[in-house]
Amino acid sequence: MVKVEINGQVIEAKEGDMLIDVADSAQISIPRFCYHKKLSIAANCRMCLVDVEGAWKPLPACATPVTDGMKVHTNSPKAIAAQKSVMEFLLINHPLDCPICDQGGECELQDVAMDYGDDVSRYSESKRVVGDKYAGPLIQTDMTRCIHCTRCVRFGQEIAGMMELGATGRSEWMEIGTYIEKSIDSEMSGNMIDLCPVGALTSKPFRYSVRAWELKSHKGIAAHDSIGSNIILHSKNNEVKRVVPNENEAINEVWLSDRDRFSYEGINSEERLTQPMIKKNGQWKTVDWETALQFSVEGLKNVLADSTDVGVLASANSTVEELYLLQKMARGLGVENIDYRHRQIDFGMDQHGFHTPLLQDSIEVVEKLNAVLLVGSYLRKELPILNLRVRKAAMAGAKVFTVNTESFDFNYKVSNAQSDAGMVFELAGVAKAVADIKGAKHELVADITANDAQKVIAQALIDAKAASVFVGQISQLHPDYAVIKRLADLIAELSDAKLSILPIAANEVGAHLAGFLPKNGKNSAQMAQGMDAFINLNIEPEADFADGDNALAAMKAAKFVVNMTAFDSEIQREYADVLLPVATFAETAGTFVNANGLKQSFKMAVEPKGEAKAAWKILRVLGNLFNLNGFDYVHSNEVLQEVFDADTSAVKFSEIAIALPTTNNDAKVKLVSPYQMDAVVRRAPSLQATPDANVETMGRG
Amino acid sequence: MVYQNENCFRLNHLENSWDIETYVANGGYEVWKKVVSGELEPADIIEEVKESNIRGRGGAGFPTGLKWSFMNREAPGQKYIVCNSDEGEPGTFKDRDIHRYNPHALVEGMAIAGYVIGASQGYNYIRGEFWEPYQVFKNAINQAREAGFLGKDILGSGWDFDLHVHLGAGAYICGEETALIESIEGKKGQPRFKPPFPASYGLYGKPTTINNTETLASIPMILAKGGKWFNDLGVKNAGGTKLYSVSGHVNNPGNFEVRMGTPFKDLLELAGGIWKGRQLKAVIPGGASTAVLPAEKALEMNMDYDSIAKAGSFLGAGSVIIMDDQTDMVKAMKNLSHFYWDESCGQCTPCREGTGWLYRMLTRIVDGKGRPEDIAALKDVSGKIMGNVICGLGDAATIALTSAVEHFEHEFVHYIEHGCSIYDRT
Repeated sequence: MVKVEINGQVIEAKEGDMLIDVADSAQISIPRFCYHKKLSIAANCRMCLVDVEGAWKPLPACATPVTDGMKVHTNSPKAIAAQKSVMEFLLINHPLDCPICDQGGECELQDVAMDYGDDVSRYSESKRVVGDKYAGPLIQTDMTRCIHCTRCVRFGQEIAGMMELGATGRSEWMEIGTYIEKSIDSEMSGNMIDLCPVGALTSKPFRYSVRAWELKSHKGIAAHDSIGSNIILHSKNNEVKRVVPNENEAINEVWLSDRDRFSYEGINSEERLTQPMIKKNGQWKTVDWETALQFSVEGLKNVLADSTDVGVLASANSTVEELYLLQKMARGLGVENIDYRHRQIDFGMDQHGFHTPLLQDSIEVVEKLNAVLLVGSYLRKELPILNLRVRKAAMAGAKVFTVNTESFDFNYKVSNAQSDAGMVFELAGVAKAVADIKGAKHELVADITANDAQKVIAQALIDAKAASVFVGQISQLHPDYAVIKRLADLIAELSDAKLSILPIAANEVGAHLAGFLPKNGKNSAQMAQGMDAFINLNIEPEADFADGDNALAAMKAAKFVVNMTAFDSEIQREYADVLLPVATFAETAGTFVNANGLKQSFKMAVEPKGEAKAAWKILRVLGNLFNLNGFDYVHSNEVLQEVFDADTSAVKFSEIAIALPTTNNDAKVKLVSPYQMDAVVRRAPSLQATPDANVETMGRG
Repeated sequence: MVYQNENCFRLNHLENSWDIETYVANGGYEVWKKVVSGELEPADIIEEVKESNIRGRGGAGFPTGLKWSFMNREAPGQKYIVCNSDEGEPGTFKDRDIHRYNPHALVEGMAIAGYVIGASQGYNYIRGEFWEPYQVFKNAINQAREAGFLGKDILGSGWDFDLHVHLGAGAYICGEETALIESIEGKKGQPRFKPPFPASYGLYGKPTTINNTETLASIPMILAKGGKWFNDLGVKNAGGTKLYSVSGHVNNPGNFEVRMGTPFKDLLELAGGIWKGRQLKAVIPGGASTAVLPAEKALEMNMDYDSIAKAGSFLGAGSVIIMDDQTDMVKAMKNLSHFYWDESCGQCTPCREGTGWLYRMLTRIVDGKGRPEDIAALKDVSGKIMGNVICGLGDAATIALTSAVEHFEHEFVHYIEHGCSIYDRT
């Protein structure tokens, strides 16, 4: 530790720490633009120049390591003169278009100019104008406003791992751009909007809709993957206008995936269902809630009178409270056909119990792993935030391997074990290689011979101080999911690696805790074969099921279907009998349990659209209408209390006897675009306009 | 008597001076043989170079022996010697002639420097426009390789050393050593923030020594004749000879290799004196990045670091720009400021924004639209760039201008008050 004196205040700091960080820790403010704590140091904006005793010229605080006895003045005449100089230079070519700039009111240049700028410019020469560039459906460019801090460039290089923006030209003609005009396709691209200190990169969907100072902020939890990124929803007039990350070092740091950032557009979709509707004699009509609920109860009672073959289906992006109440109601009615795993094909493990998918390393620790084996995963698109952590590990030298059905474009170096034999046999080869090295024998892989690539993976996992095996979404979609899990477990066990069966949707873990599983009933695939009635929450069978056509046919064939849904659609009107408008994730209080089992509750950010209601409230009333006990909740917290007495469950894969398949079933895996994962993102037009919205164009190498 | 061509230009009078035969016949590569055979130890070489008192000829004047001593020869890992031949400063054209007339001195100098710092690879970064020098140098490398002076196991010594040439793409900023490194690495030529310095984190992140062409080409002679010999040629604080590129309003512009401390008057005479029978008005003694000196100061100075500093400027790269008494100083400054505006790399704010501001103000003044506050603004904007930038380019952009405003303010005032030059007959 060294002692540094800043503005007369003595501060203890670690030698070599940058002056700006030391000052920040002591709440001494130093203006800056190019500096960002998550990015490398550029020292190009020069705004943080400070006066260091003994140095003839002012030094940039972001790039000056502290030394013992260093005396610094951040507000001496020399420091202020330097800062004001830089401010004046930054402003001479910056357009005075704040009144029409979306960044206005939350602009770092505006803020700093308040302190260091003059009210009138003495620059009377012509100003620079830079042509805007098309950067895709998410980011709007106004490059005349660019102050060349290169945060966006460094973000691409260092964080997103895709250098989509760079600087071309020199002097005043230096421009930030894509060089050859193209859309910015990183799944993390929206972060550049946050990083841009000025209005050069702004949110295209948000553009011109509202001024920053008119927005209300609401803390929330991202609803589209299992990481549980912390978010802030910004609203005006009871409408979510945008979503930005809420810093949480343990989870999403300062980042947010594009899916969680732009999905809010779905909330404001024209297709929102705003009033309860029932179908009588083939005619749809809008009714009040009481009528709709009574109609639902009667319709279900009619079916239940002579059958419990009722399917209860929900999206795993529903809250814990919703899922818990729905299964509680179902079980109260004697219905056990409860499931959220609609894209899964292979339920072979269910007979042994329900294994709660969990990330066994804390999200923060993932970046410290030395070896990672991704089993059936395009992690980048599945869980972008987790992928960033794996990327950090890879950048620090970790070896990352994939066993996949096809080769994907990762933003770090991966070694992909792939062959015509298919991913199961590749995985078996790795398992065999691990067993061989460890001198173990295992029946499951007795007939397998490991090849060199598989041996490399095995050796790396064994040699690594901290290794993990991540089983991802492609495994979930695979016809041999059970054997994949078994093999992954074998590899992990023998190589002393951790095994994580990754939850993908926002609340898969919550669904397990809530018991939203067919413990004594039919699973999703079985229900898609046909049921007498369905109670659906937040699902669209045609898009959410592995076999959408089949599921849709089952819906159409059912006698009675209650859809609790945020959206109206022609397809639903064909098969459903009741449409109950429910609140989306922004319009309800609730809880998501993330991949680490972290329970994150959130409050309602905006009122539900129209007459839509929070699903947990609807279910509470339905429960009462069915005269079921235990549905007298006043607050969603009370529901939560009941759920959290439950615990996660684990299946001992190693005790399960299973055989390798006889054929390569990789071709049967139907990939899902990250932007087709749930009803809300499907209705976010901006996301739908990106290449990732389609599995055919989703970045694949 | 002015002594000429004792070092880098010592072969210039010979036919085919660029050829290895000529070089070897005149004692070339003898030092290199001694070095690889172990007769000359790296530590001794550094001592000799220190004794020669040679300072970096690229313009900064950093003592070469001291620079070399920053490198740990024995440290494991790749190291590099890089020659900065990106001679782009307006008024500078000396390194070009070293390539054309004496390329083997540079090859030998780089090989020796590489040996001293423990670098088995060297890069010579040549200015993009120097196509002919590039070809000549490439030929020299090939000849040296064929003769066994470069390559693997040189002359049976077990030492490997090879040279590569990198032709720039026309950016002045790539003459800044860290921008040069970036450029070799295939990146956009932009200076790095220092520290770390190249000696610890240089080319491809490896310890690197970068020297100017003239510096490296002087090494064989320094070691052949001794550091003391070289030092004695010059004056205090400035050992040896120096190449001066004399341009501008003289009868005989060109490169002149003379001893450090040669009176400016003598150099001017070598260059044939002021043309058209005119008088000297001002001199930029060290290239466009150094201060303008009025004639009376220039005529009293000698061409060495201390004397020029005393006169109020800097020896720089020895690029002497002569201006006669018909020179419009405001237009001259407009011309220079255009250069810096055009060549700023655009990375850091004061230089990117400030150089254009200076150029636009000067353009307006020359166009007869100057305003009384412009003179103060020129000084002020210059002051706001100076010292606030990442590399020397921004600083350089202000130095000549600031000095011109200081010494010739009346010319700027005349433009502003009358809308024309003092030389215009209106």
